[in-house]
Amino acid sequence: MALTLDAKIPPGPLADKWDTHKFDLKLIGPNNRRKFTVIVVGTGLAGASAAASLGEQGYNVKVFTYHDSPRRAHSIAAQGGINAAKNYRNDGDSVYRLFYDTIKGGDYRAREGNVYRLAQVSGNIIDQCAAQGVPFAREYGGLLDNRSFGGAQVSRTFYARGQTGQQLLLGAYQALARQIHLGTVTLYNRMEMQDVVVHDGRAQGITCRDLLTGEITSFAGHAVLLCTGGYGNVYFLSTNAKACNVTATWRAHKRGAAFANPCFTQIHPTCIPPADEFQSKLTLMSESLRNDGRIWVPKEFDDNRTAGDIPEDARDYYLERKYPAFGNLVPRDVASRNSKTVVDEGRGVGPLKNGVYLDFSDAINRFGAETIKARYGNLFDMYERITGEDPYTEPMRIYPATHYTMGGLWVDYNLMTTIPGLFALGEANFSDHGANRLGASALMQGLADGYFVAPSTVPGYLSGLLGTSVMDTNEAAFTETAAASQSRIDELVAVKGTRSPDHYHRELGKLVWDYCGMSRNRAGLEKALTEIPALREEFWSDVRVLGDPNGFNQSLEKALRVADFMEMAELKAADALQREESCGGHFREEHQTEEGEAQRDDDNFAFVAAWEYGGPNISSDSILHKEQLDFENVQLTQRSYK
Amino acid sequence: MSKMLNLNLKVWRQSGPDDSGHFEEYTTTVADDASFLEMLDYVNEQLIADNKEPIAFDHDCREGICGSCGLMINGQAHGPQKGTATCQLHMRKFEDGANIVIEPWRAAAFPIIKDLAVNRAAFDRIIESGGYITVNTGAAQDANEIPVPKDAADAAMDAAACIGCGACVAACPNSAGNLFTAAKIQHLNLLPQGQAERFQRTVTMVDTMEEFFGSCTNYGECQEACPKEISIDFIAMMNRDYVKSMLVNRRRLGERKIG
Repeated sequence: MALTLDAKIPPGPLADKWDTHKFDLKLIGPNNRRKFTVIVVGTGLAGASAAASLGEQGYNVKVFTYHDSPRRAHSIAAQGGINAAKNYRNDGDSVYRLFYDTIKGGDYRAREGNVYRLAQVSGNIIDQCAAQGVPFAREYGGLLDNRSFGGAQVSRTFYARGQTGQQLLLGAYQALARQIHLGTVTLYNRMEMQDVVVHDGRAQGITCRDLLTGEITSFAGHAVLLCTGGYGNVYFLSTNAKACNVTATWRAHKRGAAFANPCFTQIHPTCIPPADEFQSKLTLMSESLRNDGRIWVPKEFDDNRTAGDIPEDARDYYLERKYPAFGNLVPRDVASRNSKTVVDEGRGVGPLKNGVYLDFSDAINRFGAETIKARYGNLFDMYERITGEDPYTEPMRIYPATHYTMGGLWVDYNLMTTIPGLFALGEANFSDHGANRLGASALMQGLADGYFVAPSTVPGYLSGLLGTSVMDTNEAAFTETAAASQSRIDELVAVKGTRSPDHYHRELGKLVWDYCGMSRNRAGLEKALTEIPALREEFWSDVRVLGDPNGFNQSLEKALRVADFMEMAELKAADALQREESCGGHFREEHQTEEGEAQRDDDNFAFVAAWEYGGPNISSDSILHKEQLDFENVQLTQRSYK
Repeated sequence: MSKMLNLNLKVWRQSGPDDSGHFEEYTTTVADDASFLEMLDYVNEQLIADNKEPIAFDHDCREGICGSCGLMINGQAHGPQKGTATCQLHMRKFEDGANIVIEPWRAAAFPIIKDLAVNRAAFDRIIESGGYITVNTGAAQDANEIPVPKDAADAAMDAAACIGCGACVAACPNSAGNLFTAAKIQHLNLLPQGQAERFQRTVTMVDTMEEFFGSCTNYGECQEACPKEISIDFIAMMNRDYVKSMLVNRRRLGERKIG
């Protein structure tokens, strides 16, 4: 298949692009909207908000989640906040500054047009959510409160205690529930998408596995929106929820959707370090803690004293020392890499020497424990529950963990993938964060895509299909795809090997973390490219999936997801190998400055790497397409947070 | 440093909704750093190694926020630690040699799917009946044009912290859904944005709740079990709004007839 990348960025000045484009998109009259069926997969911020907004407009929406309730999607776990260029603080913020910060924070690997649009609609998101009743933090005068967040020098982050993601998701879920009640949206819960049905060169529907009965069912629609999140669980240990997976986007990739920048993964600096071999996932401590906490390690190697016994002059506040302008608030990639450096040097803290201190004693002395409790109480409680240590009296221990994936399905300005009619929203696409995402920007992007972008661009696509009906799911394109979904399940169950799906997932995670984690090099990536396919082969000959496949079977669900991670991981390593530069979350050891900072190569790598599926030997069969990034408004500079 | 614990487990196994179910006993040894669900993961790995079907249980974020997990642990919803969801409970809260009985939520409104997993769709039906503020995307005014007194915002947030896990129902001798419903109603009723639909919302949500759940008799077990420590004061507020709504909605009905 000849794959062409046309980003469809509208011409004209940056500030006018979105308005011009919305005017140019064809509309569909209210009387015709119910004749269109839109399939939305996933009910996180992007999915729930898109489904609700399209339902409100009058489209016939079918929404799918593998959870029992739409409200459980992992957007719910975001703690810190959501950015918006409201400039309520009068501290110099503007749409342009949010745009600029996001482009710079992404290390100049995102599209200007998309990012500007994101900044433009950011204020509307706050308006929408406040009107829905999201209980944002307030000042005593009743107006909205803000805080600052890593990577920014203005206070533009709105928050709801440490539960911002939860509250925003509940807002979107409630809007969705209203549409379900009104009958414009039909909810399919405990249904997991297995494949995209492509026919006549466009997406026509999906196949799903009913997680309660095991039945494979097909659904037809005029357009399919994948709002299925990122691939962070390829590392096994990550801050993602246990069920987060790459299946929907990977299956779409195998049907013709280009996968962009799979090597871009964000490693979040403030997570609780692993405690033992039972560790099933890692827990994030909100980045907002860096506003008041100071990060340090002992100056001495293998210092075995407790934190309280290490005097001030024996502590190395390494971020404040190296980056005086931003200090503890440097962007996530910079903070994470520096933690790795000091731990690798042998200055790590804690029983396994695998963390750094995040110390609140200065802030407690300055503001009092009550103020700190009001700001971070629930996070401190969570830390205490997990570690058994009290962060009011001894410093927290933190270490980076995989948190977010900037890569994802390649989409154009309309959020449409290279398969016509197949859209990707939120973390599932690649479009806005470049090589690194700024704090409090994931919620912003998910809701921008779902509330404001897709509800304008999806109808633009649908308008060309006026008068057509959806395919009959008894047609060959559907029955063949459903049969393929079923035979994959049969194959997995038939292996009857010796090891559990989790065993293989853990093994894969170790490989990817070691060779394609916080820092990467050629030798390691080449090793990963031989070891991942070998592990995949072992998985397919030795995995053990017990229980009835025609019923509720969590082992089978896991195995199906791990099977896709096994393939995706290889593409991720291949992408990291071809990108001979360091940028954002992608740090190639061969490409660093004398001071150990990431060194970009704008002449050769200012492009989006969009991979076309070419066959089962992922690293050799996949075809790389490049979308050149043109920067008309922003001057490319080496990022400096000093 | 972590210490190892030897545990005797009694776990509810039920192959499907129609099976009558039974307890099975297992022994295991885990580090006290492990979370409760990591302990179950480990038991499941052992079961798979022995060619036995693993225990089904719902879980996802493992950060105490998604509300997927929920187990009756020695007869207590979410176990012995106050204000803590099952996924955030750690084994250091148990002694070496402990006997632990693990059951699913038991309530008629939450039918068992398999083993420890239950169907909580009744909660979604309550929200769909009115647990929202009607505002179409794009229709909102500037966020700061709706000032919200800080104490109202804080109280609404206290209610909105509900994770929808169902522990309140499981802990209640009547399997009442009042704490969940009250938290969802009062989150919106306490805010200026929620006033237009306040009384209608209260009636439809309470009426839907009563289709599925038992009646509240003020035991207060729900707030003890709630991992977010949501107060039963919200139930009192809901009841007050319900009574008021009977009057307000009738008056409005009358006004419509005259008008």
